Amino acid sequence: MSVRDLVGSAEVILCTGSGGVGKTTVAAVLAVEGARQGRKTAVVTIDPARRLADALGLDGLTNEPGRIEGDWTGELYALMLDTKGTFDDLVNKYAETPDQAERILENRFYKNISSALSATQEFMAMEKLYELHVEADFDLVVVDTPPTRNALDFLDAPGTLTRFLDHPLYKVIMAPTRGIMRAASIAAQAFLRTVSRVVGSEVIEDAIAFFQAFQGMEDGFRNRARHVDALLSDAVTHFVLVASPRRDTLEEAAYFAEALADADIAVSALIVNRMHPRFAPSLAEAARERADTLAGSAIGDHYANLADFQLIASREEDHLEALVGKVADAEIVRVPFLRTDVHDLAGLEALATYVVTG
Amino acid sequence: MDPATFFAASRVVIVAGKGGVGKTTVTAALARAAARQGRRALIVEVEGKSGLANMFGADDLGYDEITLADADEAAGTADIRARTLTSDEAMLEYLESHGMSRVAKRLVSSGAIDTLATAAPGIKDILVLGKVKALERADEGTFIVLDAPAAGHAITFLRAARGLLDAVRVGPIHNQAVEVMELLTDAERCQVVLVTLPEETPVNELVETAFNLEDQVGVALGPVVGLYPARPGLDQDPATAAAQAGVTLREGEAEALAAAADFRRHRVQLQTEQVARLADQLPLPQLRLPFLFGAELGPAEVDLLAATLVDQLAALEGVA
Repeated sequence: MSVRDLVGSAEVILCTGSGGVGKTTVAAVLAVEGARQGRKTAVVTIDPARRLADALGLDGLTNEPGRIEGDWTGELYALMLDTKGTFDDLVNKYAETPDQAERILENRFYKNISSALSATQEFMAMEKLYELHVEADFDLVVVDTPPTRNALDFLDAPGTLTRFLDHPLYKVIMAPTRGIMRAASIAAQAFLRTVSRVVGSEVIEDAIAFFQAFQGMEDGFRNRARHVDALLSDAVTHFVLVASPRRDTLEEAAYFAEALADADIAVSALIVNRMHPRFAPSLAEAARERADTLAGSAIGDHYANLADFQLIASREEDHLEALVGKVADAEIVRVPFLRTDVHDLAGLEALATYVVTG
Repeated sequence: MDPATFFAASRVVIVAGKGGVGKTTVTAALARAAARQGRRALIVEVEGKSGLANMFGADDLGYDEITLADADEAAGTADIRARTLTSDEAMLEYLESHGMSRVAKRLVSSGAIDTLATAAPGIKDILVLGKVKALERADEGTFIVLDAPAAGHAITFLRAARGLLDAVRVGPIHNQAVEVMELLTDAERCQVVLVTLPEETPVNELVETAFNLEDQVGVALGPVVGLYPARPGLDQDPATAAAQAGVTLREGEAEALAAAADFRRHRVQLQTEQVARLADQLPLPQLRLPFLFGAELGPAEVDLLAATLVDQLAALEGVA
């Protein structure tokens, strides 16, 4: 499927890839294209660079979609994920009483895991996507995934918290209030003593207080996580792999592609950012040869320059070749490295044209 | 300054910067440069990435040290070793060395310790840095280059010790944090190198990071990676230049050459502006590493970059 059709038909697009490859820019570009196709589109960014954030009107941390005006028939909204704010909203939603919510929100353990745990960031990105898709009624939600070392962390994210609730440690922590046999409780205390030697006893005390406050909310959280999980594997959700044409980042992208394939997830498009232009169909060797014969003259410099670009362009193409076989069904999009950098709306629109026309 | 002084003075150099800016390249070049100065080098990789080993023509790195380059007495170069050091490995080692080997594997593999460790932010970073400190102690003659975590993690990584001192007030982790703080704040033992690309966003991020770290750790250098080497002839129009040299251009060739020249000139101009802006905003000795159009970083390219680093260090004035 072409990227144009993908943006026109998908309801959720997840942009994955390693850090520094331009994932946020690609997510914004796809969202701009969605709006140009007349769809009500939202883009969820994680950590946009300042000028891109400015271009998207994201000055300050806004966890709610803000509308971006532009020359399109659809609607474009952008928001920057506030992990803790999203988690707070969930707590407020599922707490049985305002008092319970407050006890959790004030807990130090909660404050730390809600802002510092990487799984939390991924979970909340997925949560936000679900909220926008189901509750806010967007035609298309494009999500920039957090940079992770493990490709599937974000897919796993909804399960991470629920797994923790099923974890023996949680049961151990909760044992005293659940009336499990005394023997288990002694083992539990020994275990907790061990852990507290590593992380400090205050952390354990905070954790116990958190889980005690959390009691009664598990079902709500589990249910929510199941729904988010289901959306991620639904046919309306598409995965776009973003890479830059350097060997190391393409190797990481290949690893991502394999991990996704193992999880039975097809990559709908591979977008390779910032590929050097060739300028002419001839070979780098020919230009280099002329540069060498004409060395010392201005025209020699010109040939050497052309040879430089043709050499790197073919190297990049070689690196890409190794990945292409691993995403056989994906649309491959080569986005050229432009003579200027993209950090405004006009730039995003120009890039969108490249991305959809291939 | 005398490059030998730089490599003799710093025992641990932490190379930090956003993903994709060339951190690993600078790490490799610094280690190579130290070895060229006769100083033994140890590279510590914290993210388990494959790129670094490839740059020395080796396969993957592991928790056990491997030799990436042998010493060459005739040439006066020392050896380069490398190893990985992930937070999980550091955590396991810590648990095992503190009498918790029986539960260590289960704690780590279950992820429980992960969640609890996050609740005391910085604990994993402390274990990694604590291990680096132990390596420094164990091997005084070695120049240790740490390829720090990418993205915004560099700041949290380097600030972990201070944060943790508040969260954990007694016990072995507290002591570890105190010792890591001592290492990070002692300019004679530890320096930070902040890497960036000559582009607007990376430069902004570098400046922000540098000011964020200012009070915590000493930032020694700000290398800029990926500068297009200038080609003066490009200022002339290709058709004119060809006519002058008596060369006949094929059809379409003048246009292709002109487009390529325009692209390069424009990029060089942007890069020059960014380098100037960086120098303006950050009073930090700048090193400039060229963009290698060959794109393949192998031992020869790392050696070239190392030689460039040594030359540029030698040219720096008034820097201790």
